[in-house]
Amino acid sequence: MKIGHLKTILSVLLLSINNLKKSFVASDGSTQKVVDVASFSMAAGQQIALSGTSGSGKTTLLNLIAGILQPDEGQIELSGRSMSGSGEAVRDRLRAQMVGYIFQTFNLLQGYTCLENVLLGMSFGGALDENRAVDLLEHVGLGQRLDYYPRQLSTGQQQRVAVARALANSPKLVLADEPTGNLDPKNAAEALSLIRQTCQEHGAALLLVSHDKAVLDQFEEVRDLSDINQAIGKVGVE
Amino acid sequence: MSLLQIVLRSLRQHLLSTLITSFSIALASGLLMSVWVVKEQARRNFTEVDSGFDGVFGARGSKLQLVLNSIFHLEASPGNLTWEQYELIAKDKRRVKTAVPIAVGDNYRGYRLVGVTKNLFDVEYQVGKKFEVQAGGYVFRSDKKQAVVGSFVAERLGMSIGDKFHPYHGLVFDEKEKHAEIYVVSGIMKPTNTPADRVIWIPIKGLQNMSGHSVDTSSDVSAVLVKLQGNTHGMMMNQEYNAQGDVMTFAWPIAQIVAQLFNKIAPVEMILRCVAVLVAFVAAGSILASIYNSMNERRRDIAILRALGARRRTVFGVLILEATGIATLGALAGFVVYFVIMSAASWYVRSETGIVLDPFEPQWVMVWAPLAMQCLGALVGVVPAAKAYGTDVAENLIPNA
Repeated sequence: MKIGHLKTILSVLLLSINNLKKSFVASDGSTQKVVDVASFSMAAGQQIALSGTSGSGKTTLLNLIAGILQPDEGQIELSGRSMSGSGEAVRDRLRAQMVGYIFQTFNLLQGYTCLENVLLGMSFGGALDENRAVDLLEHVGLGQRLDYYPRQLSTGQQQRVAVARALANSPKLVLADEPTGNLDPKNAAEALSLIRQTCQEHGAALLLVSHDKAVLDQFEEVRDLSDINQAIGKVGVE
Repeated sequence: MSLLQIVLRSLRQHLLSTLITSFSIALASGLLMSVWVVKEQARRNFTEVDSGFDGVFGARGSKLQLVLNSIFHLEASPGNLTWEQYELIAKDKRRVKTAVPIAVGDNYRGYRLVGVTKNLFDVEYQVGKKFEVQAGGYVFRSDKKQAVVGSFVAERLGMSIGDKFHPYHGLVFDEKEKHAEIYVVSGIMKPTNTPADRVIWIPIKGLQNMSGHSVDTSSDVSAVLVKLQGNTHGMMMNQEYNAQGDVMTFAWPIAQIVAQLFNKIAPVEMILRCVAVLVAFVAAGSILASIYNSMNERRRDIAILRALGARRRTVFGVLILEATGIATLGALAGFVVYFVIMSAASWYVRSETGIVLDPFEPQWVMVWAPLAMQCLGALVGVVPAAKAYGTDVAENLIPNA
């Protein structure tokens, strides 16, 4: 009975972080601790907003979760698979299969059309499905802009492409780093609504970091990064 | 998207530099192939020229000059033989199958007039092929001021049957050196793709007795072209005339003598080859420079690809394939450059020597040169690929990082 209960918990638990630490060597040779998270978890489909000011280590935390950075210490597990303890190739594969990433600066490839940018999102994790890519772009209101290049789109439209791309690989977790930071209030509200709604419809959990109160107010669950990341306020020479 | 599609998008994104770099590869590849083919074909076509003769008798002197003058219609004659000496050679039926005397010393608008006996037209210059005149014409009559014009001369000077012309004295055209005689074109020779195409053939007596020529040498010949009964006779005559005699020079075998010319210019050929190879390396370097210089702007794209899950080896492969792709485009375009260079070279060599180079003849260089360019492209791609491999993802995801 206990084992069955544990399995249920594990099946719901999507992201689990324990004793995560990350430091960088500064230009003067000193070591600066940027991330020190004792414990953090997310359930499948959950949407959490992390509030944090600039330099609070939020991008580093997202990069650690995405496997782009390797932690100095601690564990990160995604759906029971270790992100932190794996080699780079495995982390790349896990990221390609399980994580969608939305950036503040969209990070669309300028030489690729909208459709190609979305197709890129599913190129490294599994089979290409052009119909799904088209559906996603139609869903974000860009069905008529498939062959447009990013430079031909407004910033709001570019962020919509980024949203479609982040969901292209059917991720279990979408990481959004200040996704509305480059948008005007109207576009920001629309983009945020779209991100939340699309993640919900596709069954993806959403971990969003922002310092914008208007954004944070839209979430039922908001955590202050300073409560999670013990390194905040203690940045200094170790 | 497949790796190949990503590479194609990248090539498209950097279209201008792709085209410029491919063009430099095309020039290098085309030059490489041209230098090799010209060298190979020139050596072979000159040494195996279809003259229809085994050797040449001439005045005592250089064998090479004798062959160049009498077979290729280049260079000045090293001297004359008397008619009696020609007859002596011609009567040696045991060893000499055919003997054709020629006399040179005049030209028409820079194309040589070669005095010859009519038995030239009985000689097979290739198996089953004789020198023939085109329909409507005929071989000159030995006692008339008539001429058979080589096909290339007729084409270049627009000469046709019935045309009349004044010969000019000397081998170099000089308007002041016009002879009084008027010759009539009796026939145009069928193309033979040999040096015979670029001369005007007239009766030997006509050239010997041209106004202004010395009466003392009016029966002399410049050389005697011979077809032998067999190779062993060639060796014997070589010994007899060259080693033991001191009256005539016997240039035999023709291929070996021409080969000496190519052996003399071998260092020049080697330099040309080295230059072509160097150009290939410079072109490969242009791929390196082109991709490497764009690495700053590419770094963010690479970081984005990595953030989407692309592995280090994937972006490494993209850069290698991109460099190879540029080289492949260039190598393909190199065939166009090759045909342009070869067409020009072929035209020039034919107009100057009558020897025909064939750009379409398959040569191994057409396989290995494009492959070598691709390999070089892939090789130089390793440098930017290594840089891409080491790209810091987190750092480069931020604009202007």
